[in-house]
Amino acid sequence: MSTSTETVEQLATREYKYGFETTVESDTFEPGLNEDVVRRLSAIKGDPDWLLEFRLKSFRAWLQMKEPTWHNLKINPTDYQALSYYSAPKKKPELKSMDEVDPEVRKTFEKLGIPLQEQMVLAGVAVDAVFDSVSVATTFRAKLGELGIIFCSFSEAVKDHPDLVKKYLGSVVPYTDNFYATLNSAVFSDGSFVYVPKGVKCPMELSTYFRINAKNTGQFERTLIIADEGSSVSYLEGCTAPMRDENQLHAAVVELIALDNSTIKYSTIQNWYPGDKEGKGGIYNFVTKRGKAMTGSKITWTQVETGSAITWKYPSCILQGDRSIGEFYSVATTNNYQQADTGTKMIHLGKNTRSTIVSKGISAGRGQNTYRGAVKIGKNATGARNYSQCDSLLIGDRCGAHTFPYLEIKNSSAKVEHEASTSKIGEDQIFYCRQRGISTEDAVNMIVSGFCKEVFRELPMEFAVEAQKLLSISLEGSVG
Amino acid sequence: MLLEIKDLRVKAEGKEILKGLTLSVPTGQVHAIMGPNGSGKSTLARALSGHPGYEVTSGEVRYNGQDLLAMAPEERATAGVFMAFQYPVEIPGVNNSYFLKAALNAKRKAQGQPELDAVEFLQLIKSRAKLLEMDQAMLGRAVNEGFSGGEKKRNEIFQMAVLEPRLAILDETDSGLDIDALKIVSTGVNALRSPDRAMLVVTHYQRLLNYIVPDVVHVLTDGRIVRSGGKELALELEDKGYGWLDAAPAGARA
Repeated sequence: MSTSTETVEQLATREYKYGFETTVESDTFEPGLNEDVVRRLSAIKGDPDWLLEFRLKSFRAWLQMKEPTWHNLKINPTDYQALSYYSAPKKKPELKSMDEVDPEVRKTFEKLGIPLQEQMVLAGVAVDAVFDSVSVATTFRAKLGELGIIFCSFSEAVKDHPDLVKKYLGSVVPYTDNFYATLNSAVFSDGSFVYVPKGVKCPMELSTYFRINAKNTGQFERTLIIADEGSSVSYLEGCTAPMRDENQLHAAVVELIALDNSTIKYSTIQNWYPGDKEGKGGIYNFVTKRGKAMTGSKITWTQVETGSAITWKYPSCILQGDRSIGEFYSVATTNNYQQADTGTKMIHLGKNTRSTIVSKGISAGRGQNTYRGAVKIGKNATGARNYSQCDSLLIGDRCGAHTFPYLEIKNSSAKVEHEASTSKIGEDQIFYCRQRGISTEDAVNMIVSGFCKEVFRELPMEFAVEAQKLLSISLEGSVG
Repeated sequence: MLLEIKDLRVKAEGKEILKGLTLSVPTGQVHAIMGPNGSGKSTLARALSGHPGYEVTSGEVRYNGQDLLAMAPEERATAGVFMAFQYPVEIPGVNNSYFLKAALNAKRKAQGQPELDAVEFLQLIKSRAKLLEMDQAMLGRAVNEGFSGGEKKRNEIFQMAVLEPRLAILDETDSGLDIDALKIVSTGVNALRSPDRAMLVVTHYQRLLNYIVPDVVHVLTDGRIVRSGGKELALELEDKGYGWLDAAPAGARA
């Protein structure tokens, strides 16, 4: 059956489709990190004093911290003094419409197949485009503004809505949380901010496309989403990045606050440069994402992780209020030499809280895929329920899948279920499909899509289509 | 001649199984391949469908004038070669009718026909499902997942009815079927007999041939066709077993 193994191999070798660089002039800090760099960054951003203080205490805490080692990843050491901590397009444009956006930037988005204008018009998606740490385009704001919804860059929120930012920044992910989150708290440059007022249902999907572009610049995005009582919002985050030889660090922090009876749906498609077929280069994606759910509220994390050389990411829910709900739906693929250690934490504190975890890991090539999930039921969380399902799909015989579920239950009324499975795309399955006229590549896509469908159906429609495409691209050359 | 096999030699796992097999099947006929266990019946079926585990070391196969051995399995399929598997695999997560639609549209595309839309496809599969007395619910389930042995075989013939091949190869379709399932499957197969289609029915037992009456019966022993004849040859084999053929000259033809 050797012929068929070769076919699988060939399938896994397509080049990264989004590998290109744009040539926008950048204003970049020289490499290195110290208190002075933090102060300079803060000054450029025009931070108020309290924010500078937040950065400085984070930086001081960070100096005392070490990188986590409990993960199942092999990571080349990062020299934090060799990174540059700020990069911005030289002219910060004041934009009223898309026409004013730098043509180079617009071309970049077009190459990505995500023409902003078309999206705005056709899909009714308001897009806050983050390009090298500084927002260059914010749209639909007026329309959202009529409803009292604030959707802007983090920097703008600091200027225009300082009370909200001050109240909630670090309230879910404290500045001492972990090495990467603490670093982010010290040097974050920009990101997105959303506030949905009481009782307002956000009428459109809010969307941000991230893109890492300037060489050697770690990206430290900061996102804060607040859904006030009885409101609801769906937020989409998608990203692709240009070809790169050196490892690039990306350490974002996302905080969600779902106040009483509100709903936040946060969906991610992550497609950063995964490195080449030999495992050279690629993004290090060390992200801290967490939401706090108050009484009767609901937070849903949906992620499709196809990119990055290394993914370290555990979007979590603190189910603080009674009857709050946390959900986590994840598809993570690793091909070639990619590694992923991803999962979630569901922390049940309130009574009758519920959580659902559905994790689908796909490993191909020499990829290593780890699911790591914690379910904690606090002693007051009477009637808490959790259902976890972790499925792994292996393509070829040099990849790996690992599952580390942690349970900590302090209330005897809790009901916790965990199901896990591992399967392999067999050569006999591929041959069966081919005998029916379906090519190897289509067969793999079909089987993988079937495997992931419980997660895909949680994604907003247009995202689900994109996710499917990305998945098939990331697994190209994985079957033979 | 729709299918012409000349002096075909095939290895599986390093061992030669077919040792110079020659066989012709004209359009419109049903040919049965019978033979004892290990004679190479299933190897023939898999080699014709292009299974990567079977290595053709020499010989020639022409299908509709084309060099079949030069074609990839999916090219053979879209050119009209269909194999009903002896052991159909389960494909969890992939909906049976979705799978079939992909297969049908791959074939239509290869033949320059427009793809069927959802409504046309639904009408087609409903009519074919009736032919095989398939429960509609089976169409919505994952491909072969949790199907009984009989349901799997019925699903194979159902797929064949939808894909309408020019050459259908039935690899021990009768194995594992009880008499009722055998009747249903045979009815389905007989309904698909057509002047435009040839069938190669591989079986160990004569029983199937009571229901699917072949035009020609070939006996395969030790990698070669040792005898060919009419349908009465199958009855003779049932009566006498395969042993009496050992002495017969290799390569004998009808």
